Amino acid sequence: MHSNSSMRTPLGRVRGLGSAKSGTGHFWLQRVTAVANLVLTLVFLGVAIALVGKPYPAALAILSHPLVAILMLLFVVSGCVHMRLGMQVIIEDYIHGEGLKIAAVMANTFFAIAIGAACAFAVLKLSFGG
Amino acid sequence: MAEFNLPQNSRLVAGKTWPKPAGASKLTEFKVYRWSPDDTENPRTDTYFVDREDCGPMVLDALIWIKSKIDPTLTFRRSCREGICGSCAMNMDGKNGLACTTGIDECGSKGKVAIYPLPHMPVIKDLVPDLTQFYAQHASIEPWLKTTTPAPEKEWAQGKEDREKLDGLYECILCACCTTSCPSYWWNGDRYLGPAALLQAYRWLIDSRDEATGDRLDNLEDPFRLYRCHTIMNCANACPKGLNPAKAIAEVKKMMVTRQV
Repeated sequence: MHSNSSMRTPLGRVRGLGSAKSGTGHFWLQRVTAVANLVLTLVFLGVAIALVGKPYPAALAILSHPLVAILMLLFVVSGCVHMRLGMQVIIEDYIHGEGLKIAAVMANTFFAIAIGAACAFAVLKLSFGG
Repeated sequence: MAEFNLPQNSRLVAGKTWPKPAGASKLTEFKVYRWSPDDTENPRTDTYFVDREDCGPMVLDALIWIKSKIDPTLTFRRSCREGICGSCAMNMDGKNGLACTTGIDECGSKGKVAIYPLPHMPVIKDLVPDLTQFYAQHASIEPWLKTTTPAPEKEWAQGKEDREKLDGLYECILCACCTTSCPSYWWNGDRYLGPAALLQAYRWLIDSRDEATGDRLDNLEDPFRLYRCHTIMNCANACPKGLNPAKAIAEVKKMMVTRQV
């Protein structure tokens, strides 16, 4: 992507391919999910503590309550979106080979979606009766 | 990947210890980075002893003393010796600053004064870094007043309150202390503009007389140019003029969100 030609002017190198005219959406969504996670993580911890030591039918009763199930789903979505955005920034920071970077960004998206789908499936299965 | 080790030919080796000046009663030890493009040697750190009774109080005084009295080959930039030109920016005792406004006694945390060039820049010689990329990044934000309205007969008017918005920005002397202290700039300096260029960009974004605010924001809206700032805050810590580039960058991000949300 980057021309390392020493004949290119420094300003030409800095301007490169120009501005991507994006990034603000990523930045803003990361903040929005961070605020959501503040609340949802507390809810999740509360539910997790309430489940400690409970037998399966009692746990099922708690998790199949619509409010609990919806909050757990929101926690999964918000957490996975936030995780994907954060990991993408780390990949872009530290991986500089274009091919490896694109593969890693793609794998990161797949991973976040796979985790999110598995968690959402588990919550839905429990909330619809185990 | 980001480089965590220096290339083989850039690794530091022990250098020469120069003799102590005769008859001096108060000596301070200086460990100074040396590298010359004229031979194939690795960079080294030379040790000098400065006679404090014969030398001014600042690190720059000591470097000039070393160059005059011990080793005329020691190479560094300096000009104004009063913190306004930004030439003598270097890394002293592990912190970037201006040699002319940093006291020798402020930087002896290890019993001696360690002096290196600004971090993570190509070295031209000894303490002189190559700032070509840094200056090009400054040029890329087009640091001048841009207007479409025909110029008024006298000056462009600006109220007192709008003028005050430039305080804490216009004082930047482009010494590169902040940008070269930023780990995000170390990893992605080819695409991330760095704190100095972004503070200068904000200086023009917030100028009430400028008519190109939207174009300026367009030019900065990029995952690398702007959003590599992770609020590490080394820039604010390093600035010898007491400015806060991280805050200026946060204000730019706020402007980006404001025009979208």
